[in-house]
Amino acid sequence: MRTAFKTSYAQDIRLFPDVRRALRYVALVALAAAMPLLLDDFLLGEATNVLIWAIAGMGLMVLTGHAGQASLGHAAFLAVGCYANAILMDRAGLPFVASFLTAGVITGLVGVLIAVPAFRLHGIYLAIATLALSILTEDIIVLAEPWTGGVIGLVAPDITIAGVEVDRYASPDLFYWLCLSVVLIVTLGYRNVLRTPLGRAFVAIRDSEISAQAMGVNVARTKALAFGLSCMVTGWAGALMGHFVYTFNHEVFTVIISIQLLVMIVIGGLGSIQGAFWGALVLVSIPQAINIARDGAQAAFGGSMVIPGIETGIFMAILILFILFEPRGIHGRIAKWTIYVELFPLCRRDMFRRQKSFLKTERMR
Amino acid sequence: MSLLEVDGVTVRFGGVTALDRVSFAVEPGEIFSIVGPNGAGKSTLFNLISRFHEPEEGDLRFAGESLLRLAAAEIGGLGIARTFQNIELFEHSSVLENLLVGRHTRRRVSIPEQILFTPATRREEIAHRAAVERVIDFLDLQLYRDRTIAGLPYGVRKVVEVGRALAIEPRVLLLDEPYSRLSNEESMDMRFRIGDIRARMGVTVLMVEHDMGLVSAVSDRVMALADGRVIATGTPAAVQSHPRVIEAYLGTQAAAS
Amino acid sequence: MESGTLETLQLIVSGLANGCVYGLIALGFALIYKAAEQVNFAQGDLMMFGAFVALGLANESHMGLPFWVACIGAIAVMAALGWLLERAVLRQVFGQPQIAVVILTIAIGFLLRFVAGIIWGHDPLTLESPIAGVNQHFGTLVLGLDELAVIAVTLALTGLLFGFFSRTRLGIAMQASSQNQLAAYYMGIPVKRIHGLTWALAGAIAAVAGILFASKGSIDPNTGLLGIKAFAAAVIGGFGSLPGALAGGLIVGLIEPFAARYVASGYSQIAPYAMLILVLLIRPRGLFAQVHAKKV
Ligand SMILES: Nc1ncnc2c1ncn2[C@@H]1O[C@H](COP(=O)(O)OP(=O)(O)OP(=O)(O)O)[C@@H](O)[C@H]1O
Ligand SMILES: [Mg+2]
Repeated sequence: MRTAFKTSYAQDIRLFPDVRRALRYVALVALAAAMPLLLDDFLLGEATNVLIWAIAGMGLMVLTGHAGQASLGHAAFLAVGCYANAILMDRAGLPFVASFLTAGVITGLVGVLIAVPAFRLHGIYLAIATLALSILTEDIIVLAEPWTGGVIGLVAPDITIAGVEVDRYASPDLFYWLCLSVVLIVTLGYRNVLRTPLGRAFVAIRDSEISAQAMGVNVARTKALAFGLSCMVTGWAGALMGHFVYTFNHEVFTVIISIQLLVMIVIGGLGSIQGAFWGALVLVSIPQAINIARDGAQAAFGGSMVIPGIETGIFMAILILFILFEPRGIHGRIAKWTIYVELFPLCRRDMFRRQKSFLKTERMR
Repeated sequence: MSLLEVDGVTVRFGGVTALDRVSFAVEPGEIFSIVGPNGAGKSTLFNLISRFHEPEEGDLRFAGESLLRLAAAEIGGLGIARTFQNIELFEHSSVLENLLVGRHTRRRVSIPEQILFTPATRREEIAHRAAVERVIDFLDLQLYRDRTIAGLPYGVRKVVEVGRALAIEPRVLLLDEPYSRLSNEESMDMRFRIGDIRARMGVTVLMVEHDMGLVSAVSDRVMALADGRVIATGTPAAVQSHPRVIEAYLGTQAAAS
Repeated sequence: MESGTLETLQLIVSGLANGCVYGLIALGFALIYKAAEQVNFAQGDLMMFGAFVALGLANESHMGLPFWVACIGAIAVMAALGWLLERAVLRQVFGQPQIAVVILTIAIGFLLRFVAGIIWGHDPLTLESPIAGVNQHFGTLVLGLDELAVIAVTLALTGLLFGFFSRTRLGIAMQASSQNQLAAYYMGIPVKRIHGLTWALAGAIAAVAGILFASKGSIDPNTGLLGIKAFAAAVIGGFGSLPGALAGGLIVGLIEPFAARYVASGYSQIAPYAMLILVLLIRPRGLFAQVHAKKV
């Protein structure tokens, strides 16, 4: 059993609570950075995809997992980031770094604009409004043809950073490292938010708006900030996604993607940064796992087996199992195992018993 | 000058008049209790001071300034802290994090600085932590510091909620039924703590309670409410023996039995 | 009659008929919300599934049962499915935040779509219904019997449910159980059994909606996505209000053809959602909502 002895307050607010954990994360980052040397181009592409989804996941996680505002419409913000970045590069001739950053800021501002009226909406109503927003965005992309290329869409412009061309196909390792840098920066910022008043204000409005207010938290402002930060990060993910898929139109940002993103972070574990990464990993691996299983089955039984929609079917089935048996997602499950191993053999079953609670109505007679 | 003045306020919910031209003033350093049967309007009074409700008439003043120009989120910053009748803690956070939210109004660093976690942010965080640690020591919460609220016994939660309010470093503390649903032993502890809060921290305490017996020992003055009206204000002994107070209490008892 | 008015009348009737289907799905949402305070995003997919079950029972190419027998069969199957879903899945998340139920039911919806695709394929199919394609003449006005039937059945069903909730003991118990589950539980109301019944009822309504919808046109597994539009309807009308749900459905049903006719066809898709956002901005809890903040 390992106990963390604390000697100062400064220790508690460190990035990592102890040396072991710090080393573990350093090793993880080193491994992630070495991926281009370990994987072939196809798998590296999939790894890049995981990173991009993880960024999007972190974007939604801060809003839903920490600030408690469920959004069923984040594909809309992926789209804003993606199109803003491409248009800024194509039309305004901005270099990638500038357009990328601006695209995030624009998406963040759009998020704040939406948060201001949406602030009056609670729980389920907010989810519905964002769902409608996502559906509207699809149509708006089609209608705004002069800017977005309508149903034909746009081709992602070429990226040049400091004279070096970063291309998804010609230099997949550079593109991977680009995504990895964004991941690291966003993760660090996210972690910092969580250990400062802003992050605590997010959690406060999630768990009790009323007492957050009594503690001096301006609920409207905090929600707007949560939306702004969330959308900014999601916008960055969208921009990278545009470069990753290369050509894109409204179909890349359907309401189904919005739902998928939310489902993804629930599977990963709401309320934890790690959850965004686990969710992204699951989301990207399912189609691969199905392909492998299908190839195996075809080799064994012959014939072709194509079941349309099986990816989504399996993804949703996994989600249902998680909500039923591990509502805290993959991250929650791993955290339990870790405690179990560290405390062995002192663990009791009831330490992990789920709290049963009765729901009180959210409306009053 | 009185610290907190409530001046002829009326609050109505649809047809119900929850407060009817209620007036009183709390002096600095006082322990002032509000008693009354169910539905008397005690919590409504607190919610009014917290600016959750809008009065139909009347005024609220804190240190001479009207509260009616302020929003709910600005009240804490003035130094008015409170607890809730049905405990409103942040369920999924630890005790420490709950108390740190109490420091919210004391934050100085900007949001970009927080995101970058600049040295200034670090210094401030350490200062907040030190302040919260003092509250933890004061209330003997060391054992629960890193425990999540959801797993804590009821009595401990009540203390944590008082702690969170103290982390604001308030001038006035509003306690909504601090003794309700506590065991005898826990009630005793709470009583000493409330006394200590005034004696050692110099905080003025405004407290709502059901039970006259519990408050008379610690209160300097007591106000009795019934059906939204003030029926008596004065020393605990005077209020307790006031005929209309007895009537109000006997009335509810008779109705209850 | 003048041809302009005639056309408007026909638009109104077909809009109303569409609106009734939305209204019926919205009724399913509202029902579950009223009784269990759960938000069922799978209601549209339940409708789609109900339509397929009826089709599987009635069509010559499948089981070829008489139409009315197939209808009753589909209603029974869907009621059982609703009950089963509550029993096996939703009961497990009893007491968890609403959003858990939202995500869960979204997932259930996707699974229903997946299963329907496997059983009945992804090509559009039509239900062989005696009311499909029969026209009713009123002077120069020609209306589809299917559309009239949809309107009539919907009105009857809404009235029935409304009466059930306001008059019968079970209905009142159902409402009580949602207001405060713990209190209802202590008062001896069998909260869990009531939730099961509610879901069964919602399943049955979904089957009716499905049969009516499939009588008006073809269905495929993605028909369930109509649920999102019906959802907009339910919110416009106000959750938990049965007449409100129907009204919301009718509003959405009417907006669509008129937006397509008088604005541009691209906008008929947008109209319901734009309307939804508008309503939420003005009345954050819907037009006919029972509003209120939490008391502390
Ligand atoms: N948010 C609200 N909406 C409608 N009515 C309310 C609201 N808050 C309080 N009331 C009503 O106002 C009256 C006073 O309620 P209040 O909660 O202030 O009583 P109380 O004195 O705190 O009683 P208790 O001892 O039960 O806590 C009651 O009739 C109550 O139903
Ligand atoms: Mg009270």
